[in-house]
Amino acid sequence: MPQFEFDGQLIETKPGKTIIEAAYDNGLSVPHFCWHPELPVAGNCRMCLVQVGMPAKDREGNFELDENGNKKINFIPKLQIACASPVQDGMVVKSVSDEAIEAQEAVMEFLLINHPLDCPICDEAGECKLQEYSFKHSKGQSRFDEEKNHKRKRQLWGPNVVFDAERCISCSRCIRFAKEVAKQDVLTFVQRGDHVTIELFDGTTFDSPYSMNVIDICPVGALTSPDFRFEARVWELSSNESISHFDGTGTNVYLGVRNNEILRITPRNNMYVNKYWIRDDARLSYDFVNKNRVTQPLINNNGTLEEANWEDAVSFAASKLDNFRGDQIVFVASSKATNEDNYIFNKFANEISKTQNVIYFTHTDETRIDDLLGVSDITPNTKGVEELNIGKESKIKPNDLAEKLKNGEIRAMYVMEEDFEDYPEILEQLKNLSFLAVHSYNMNKKINHYADIVFPASTFAEIEGTFTNLNGRVQHFTPALVTKENYRFMGMKMSRLDKFGADNDRWTNHEIRDSKQSWKIIQKIAKKLGEDWNYTKSSQVFDEISQNNPSFSDMDYKKLDEYQGLVLGKGNNPDAKQVNYISHYLKPQQTQKVVKFKG
Amino acid sequence: MNNRKNTEAERLTFWEKMYIPEIARGLGITLRQMFKPKDFVRQYPEQRWEPTGSFRGRPVLVEEDGGERCVACGLCARVCPALAIEVQAGETPREKERYPEKFEINMLRCIFCSYCEEVCPEEAIVMSKDYEIVYTSPQEAILGKDELLVPKAKLQDRLEFLRQYK
Ligand code: SF4
Ligand code: SF4
Ligand code: SF4
Ligand code: FES
Repeated sequence: MPQFEFDGQLIETKPGKTIIEAAYDNGLSVPHFCWHPELPVAGNCRMCLVQVGMPAKDREGNFELDENGNKKINFIPKLQIACASPVQDGMVVKSVSDEAIEAQEAVMEFLLINHPLDCPICDEAGECKLQEYSFKHSKGQSRFDEEKNHKRKRQLWGPNVVFDAERCISCSRCIRFAKEVAKQDVLTFVQRGDHVTIELFDGTTFDSPYSMNVIDICPVGALTSPDFRFEARVWELSSNESISHFDGTGTNVYLGVRNNEILRITPRNNMYVNKYWIRDDARLSYDFVNKNRVTQPLINNNGTLEEANWEDAVSFAASKLDNFRGDQIVFVASSKATNEDNYIFNKFANEISKTQNVIYFTHTDETRIDDLLGVSDITPNTKGVEELNIGKESKIKPNDLAEKLKNGEIRAMYVMEEDFEDYPEILEQLKNLSFLAVHSYNMNKKINHYADIVFPASTFAEIEGTFTNLNGRVQHFTPALVTKENYRFMGMKMSRLDKFGADNDRWTNHEIRDSKQSWKIIQKIAKKLGEDWNYTKSSQVFDEISQNNPSFSDMDYKKLDEYQGLVLGKGNNPDAKQVNYISHYLKPQQTQKVVKFKG
Repeated sequence: MNNRKNTEAERLTFWEKMYIPEIARGLGITLRQMFKPKDFVRQYPEQRWEPTGSFRGRPVLVEEDGGERCVACGLCARVCPALAIEVQAGETPREKERYPEKFEINMLRCIFCSYCEEVCPEEAIVMSKDYEIVYTSPQEAILGKDELLVPKAKLQDRLEFLRQYK
């Protein structure tokens, strides 16, 4: 294993690694723009210039020593780029020597010559790598007082990417991403020198399902998202870690929230799941959380849904559910709900309603399949529901539900976080039921009209829980949005504006919904029916799952967070922690976490 | 940066350090003022006071060429210690791309510190001479763009002051 000295520190690394890779693997950093661990090395920004040398040897092969007895180092006369220089045993690298600093400052000065410096109107401001380096690696002064070059702003590359040529620093990350990761090779540099810019090949658009990732990896604000453009300054958002609800991949994300609304979803690294990427459809899938929510329990009164308080709603549901036992009732669990919710739901069915009839439905979209992150399953927790043995012993199967509803064999149904929008034949038959209770997110779902009672269910962004992705990785997430239920818990996690808003401030007029996490609703009903269930936190439910279900054994929330998720059945044998490279990040809330690993 | 110079002229003299003589001197000034006849009362509102450019009244937005200078960068909202300002940006076809779709100042929160004016990269928000700030309801105290926009010509004194001293 080659050992080399980096700014006076001895580092051991694997053969074949470049200086910058070895540095990041060991929690150190080298200033850079164009290098990205998942993209081929381009070496064109020159920001990573460092001094590189080898100890001098005499003819016999012994190290030459200087008068103080230290090894004499022969530095390569010109500085080298750390991103393309492989490490050699015994090498000496200096990234903070006078020469290296002078070079880095010179590169920054060059980059800023034609940069418009329009941070006030730039969406990247606050999480911009160029801004960051202007503080860290630049003199803060320009000697250029001529007219700046102007280039075209606001060019649409595709439906989801806007390009501002002036701000581009020509790092080519986007070009390499399009070619190597998105496999849509449509971008190229044109012109030369300070006129260089990026264009699409004639007649093409950049509409890959991964196109928006270039917005995140672009170190500056040259690439922006039409969806988020000018919506908010990034420092106004709280940035909470979560798991994407959109598909079975279990993409790790940040939810950007202001005024109790999700304004953007950005990817979070997890080398075992999504690496640095997220699909565009998952990124843009937050509307159902913000809009058209069921905010209060609703009871059906002769065809109209009337608002009710929780006490009445729970008593009503309990008294009705009490009438149906065994095979008269079917419970529909959901692959959109967490492991915790499904577990408690199943427990309610088995222990209180004395039925094994718990089923769940799958939702798929075959057009999404690809070999990066695309899977056909468009729900986040199918694997988890399956692993909880839901539906294994049910006498009724999802396929014959419509038939059984039609001939009246089933008299009551309890549906949790399932809307049957893609099962119209079932929706149609729901009218035959004598009692239907649902947990619903949105008002505009058809199932609400058939329901006798609609409970407002909290979405993934408002609850704590776990999803199991299709590869069996159990991942923990916590709430990003405030509901009446989690208001106190959220406290400092809210954005600054939300934290300090008063009643007469219009900027914090957000809706605080009275929705609840599904397992809490179920527990309320269970208590009404005389059970003594006393779960107070999702973690208690998860601990019980972990005790009862061998696949989840040796797992708890702390461990899930620590290892960025654990694979089913491997709770005591976690995957090695990975180095988390973050190119540029939101300051100051979202801190750069560097996990050190050896080897 | 601390660029205050501790020069000979700025240091306290021996007598100033002795404290008691300084108190006597201060009392002397007060007493002298007490017996000087002066016109203390202004017949407001007939007789108004016209503040100078350095006065920090209600913050307003500068209107130029029929529109606001503001580019809705949100820096004033960020720096405001009292969280009085709310800005929501929108996109315009104009060269500057951004404009404030909504700009509101809650005058019940504002503490007239002028930080917003100081931080603004566009000199788009300045302190005006308006000191008659009265409202009949909390909602009325939230001023929108219609009340905040003031033509540049009316703000010359302040802009001049800023140019000299900012
Ligand atoms: S890219 Fe960065 S430095 Fe350039 S205008 Fe945007 S925020 Fe400012
Ligand atoms: S648009 Fe961004 S990612 Fe692409 S070359 Fe320019 S600076 Fe780099
Ligand atoms: S700082 Fe100036 S330009 Fe920015 S939002 Fe405030 S008034 Fe507008
Ligand atoms: S990071 Fe090495 S040249 Fe750009």
